[in-house]
Amino acid sequence: MQKEDTGGILAEYRAGPDLFRILCWLASAGVVLALGWIVGEIVIAAMPAMQKFGWDFITNSVWAPNRDRFGVLPFIIGTALSSFLAILIAFPLGLGIAIFLTENFLPPGVRNVVRFVVEMLAAIPSVVYGLWGIFVVIPIVKVIGDWAVQNFSGLAIVGPTAYGNSLITASIVLALMILPTLTAISRNALSSVPGTLREGAYALGATRWEAILGVILPTAAPGVVAATILSLGRAMGETMAVAMLIGNSSRLTWSIFEPSGTLAGLLANQFAEASGLQVSALMYAALLLVVITLGVNLIGEAVLRHTQRKTAGIR
Amino acid sequence: MNTESADPATFLYGNTASHTWRSWTNRFLSGLVIVFSVITFVPLISILYLVVKNGSPLLTAAIFTELPPAAGMTGGGFGNALVGTFVMVGIGLAIAAPIGILSAIFINEYATRSVLARAVRLVAKLLTGIPSIICGVFAFAVVVVTLGTFSAYAGGVALAVLMLPTILLTSEQALIGVQSAYREASIGLGATSLQTILRVVLPDALPAIMTGIMLAVARAAGETAPLIFTALFSQFWAKSLNEPTASLSVLIYNFSSVPFQHQIDMAWTASLVLVVFVTMANIAAQLAFTKKP
Amino acid sequence: MIFANVTKLSHWRSGQLLRNQAIDQLFYALITMTYRSFFLPLAFATASLAGTPAYAQQISGAGATFPAPLYQRWGVELNKIEPGIQVNYQSVGSGAGVKNFTQGVVDFGASDAAMTDEEIAKVASGVVMIPATAGEIVFAYNLPGVPALKLSREAMVGIFLGKIKTWNDPLIAKANEGVQLPRTPIQVAYRSDGSGTTFVFTQHLSAISKDFDDQVGTDKSVTFPVGVGGKGNEGVTSLIKQSVGTIGYVEYGYAKNNGLAMASLENKAGKFIAPDLENGAATLANVQMPENLRVWPIDPEGETDYPLASFTWLLLYKKYPDAAKLAALKKFVSWSLTEGQKFAPELGYIPLPAPVVEKAQAALATVQ
Repeated sequence: MQKEDTGGILAEYRAGPDLFRILCWLASAGVVLALGWIVGEIVIAAMPAMQKFGWDFITNSVWAPNRDRFGVLPFIIGTALSSFLAILIAFPLGLGIAIFLTENFLPPGVRNVVRFVVEMLAAIPSVVYGLWGIFVVIPIVKVIGDWAVQNFSGLAIVGPTAYGNSLITASIVLALMILPTLTAISRNALSSVPGTLREGAYALGATRWEAILGVILPTAAPGVVAATILSLGRAMGETMAVAMLIGNSSRLTWSIFEPSGTLAGLLANQFAEASGLQVSALMYAALLLVVITLGVNLIGEAVLRHTQRKTAGIR
Repeated sequence: MNTESADPATFLYGNTASHTWRSWTNRFLSGLVIVFSVITFVPLISILYLVVKNGSPLLTAAIFTELPPAAGMTGGGFGNALVGTFVMVGIGLAIAAPIGILSAIFINEYATRSVLARAVRLVAKLLTGIPSIICGVFAFAVVVVTLGTFSAYAGGVALAVLMLPTILLTSEQALIGVQSAYREASIGLGATSLQTILRVVLPDALPAIMTGIMLAVARAAGETAPLIFTALFSQFWAKSLNEPTASLSVLIYNFSSVPFQHQIDMAWTASLVLVVFVTMANIAAQLAFTKKP
Repeated sequence: MIFANVTKLSHWRSGQLLRNQAIDQLFYALITMTYRSFFLPLAFATASLAGTPAYAQQISGAGATFPAPLYQRWGVELNKIEPGIQVNYQSVGSGAGVKNFTQGVVDFGASDAAMTDEEIAKVASGVVMIPATAGEIVFAYNLPGVPALKLSREAMVGIFLGKIKTWNDPLIAKANEGVQLPRTPIQVAYRSDGSGTTFVFTQHLSAISKDFDDQVGTDKSVTFPVGVGGKGNEGVTSLIKQSVGTIGYVEYGYAKNNGLAMASLENKAGKFIAPDLENGAATLANVQMPENLRVWPIDPEGETDYPLASFTWLLLYKKYPDAAKLAALKKFVSWSLTEGQKFAPELGYIPLPAPVVEKAQAALATVQ
């Protein structure tokens, strides 16, 4: 039988109709269909707004539901900036803790305790993150913001005034929310590096960090990138905590100390009360979010393919 | 295990021969990682401390058996919300876990380079970026409008959509983490592909899959937006799965946004209970599946 | 070892022992988790059902966030008197409440903005709007040392249009003779989420100022030229509490329970009225109620009228096919209109004036 080589180690091992394989195929098809359905529903709901505004929706900065004028540029910038900042904070911290937990810095008992404490963060509801942000992070950000404005007010990202409810507050809390996911999956990726590779590196005389940076991290890179993409997706789609902390302003600003808005936060705030064209505009915003996620993912895939070229053949 | 012999790390440092420099870099990086971990622990402990401090005053046995207090009332509990969260996360898991794990098996074991596999990987990553409110709106359009009422089923479906990408992606990573030597050995022994997957690959990947499942469960238990649009809320004990159902996350959302102090205190207690229960489930699940040497 | 033995793979090497253990663990875990997620909670629920009469009638409603605490209290209190009636209410927002009501997935809806004629036309079985309670919106502010602020109509509009930037501006000082106003900059706090509160607030300001109407307009969610947005009344409340110099609009109950200072507002007659449940009740009693009971005192003219008081409505279908549900619902609504009103002041709501209750009861009688 001339069948296309679709890969997988069991590929050569097909002996006929395999019920389990069909089941797995159905599950995969189901996943693709589910997304298609969801996106389909969003597109249908967004049609009126898309027809009315077209590309202007993306370039306009005015969001005035009562005047039927909708433009989401400030929210796109807010989404991009807040997610980027969140990953910027969470990535080194998460990877650091993951390395800390997989290399033998700590005795195994303590390691487990640290691991469960970090994973406990995942269980905290987003509303509680919002409340913690209000009680703890906002006062701190205000102090730092006032200091930054006094000394660096020339920079665009610092801006003329510092607010507590601002982009940086939301980014800090977002970083904390995505940290457990990033850490847990990176930890899995790092600990699944075969022991032989590790031993080989040490046997050749590498120091601990030479082994980590030169051998273990590159091998675990696909897993770490997957963790980052998963966390980035969560950061871009987070609604509740961001809506409580970011100040929800529809004014275009690049300053991290000023109130801003994200697409997901916009949805969370306005969906329940929206009617008519506003609902359609909100769905258009949701569609944009999906497209942005797609763009980020494609970049991630490119990065992944680049790192994989270096470590091909290790598995 | 630093040997004093010739510099083997040429792929990192070129021809730097300084032994002292290497060990200083080593110590510096170790120190950096410890500093990072400490930095992370500060906000972590801060949140947990806040939740424990605000939540423990009202932590009594009554909260598991009584119904939520209305505004201006004292006492009460959230037994129905606890049951509701269990049930809806359970339904969501029953839908998302099989689909996620089976899809991961397909794209990693059976047809890794096929069009469907690539599509599934892309779709899973796209699904991660979907705001939780859209999951709720989708489940509303599909389940609530069809059944004619808010229900625990709809809540379960919304949570399933939320959990699916996490479970799928982490399962895929878990399966990748199983060394191909195991699969080859198994086939060499004459096992069928089904036996290989079920008896060699899956058990080896199970701890990592459980991590993914528990991450998904933790997130689902704490999300509000999907449940408001699908399961609404109830102040009474649930009599069936086809009616509005209370849940801890919606309870916390409701109680934290009113100006009545007793309800705000209850919201903190509910958060504490949620965190404790999910962590206990996490510990139980992971301990049950640790790799035995 | 049960399941592994059944499959009899005796030609495997001894390493299979560990694999079989893993399979057993897998099945065991699946069973345990199913038990824990499904059967145990159902057992809980069934056990607790022992206390519920078999004939309990379930009624569910969804809608406005503002009256939610009161409606939920009514549900619980009525259930104490009549264990056979269980009324559930969840706040989803007035807009979502109207949508749910139109789609028929709830038994009753609730909205701060009642329903427009177009929305009513979409409901097949007809709509009866019943005012259930009322509230007032206050200007809450954070200015230590100034416990009783008076805001003229120009000041109100100027602050929210960003024209008045500091507290010691002459426009504010004019109405507050003898009060030392600091030079602190004014920070405005508004509602970032769509809400009936914003609707009533902007409706009044648009009515008293053409400028405001042109620049901002009236709607559940608008774009203010200045300020920071908070989510929900509680979000605006926390914004006000956090920084000195902040002023925002919130419902009376939130300002009262959080100890925020509230400004006295100038009404059409030129008098400065402090926010108070009695003032609000008196204002609403003077309102002329039309046939469908949908009315807002947008700019009341009486001497003691508070300018920002408004009703909130329960939305019922004209016809209910289920007789038992209809009876329970009618009992709930008529109880709330009479006995239920005594819970209102304690929670920060304005009790309905007697003439309004009469009209509401009459409207309720038309529900079949």
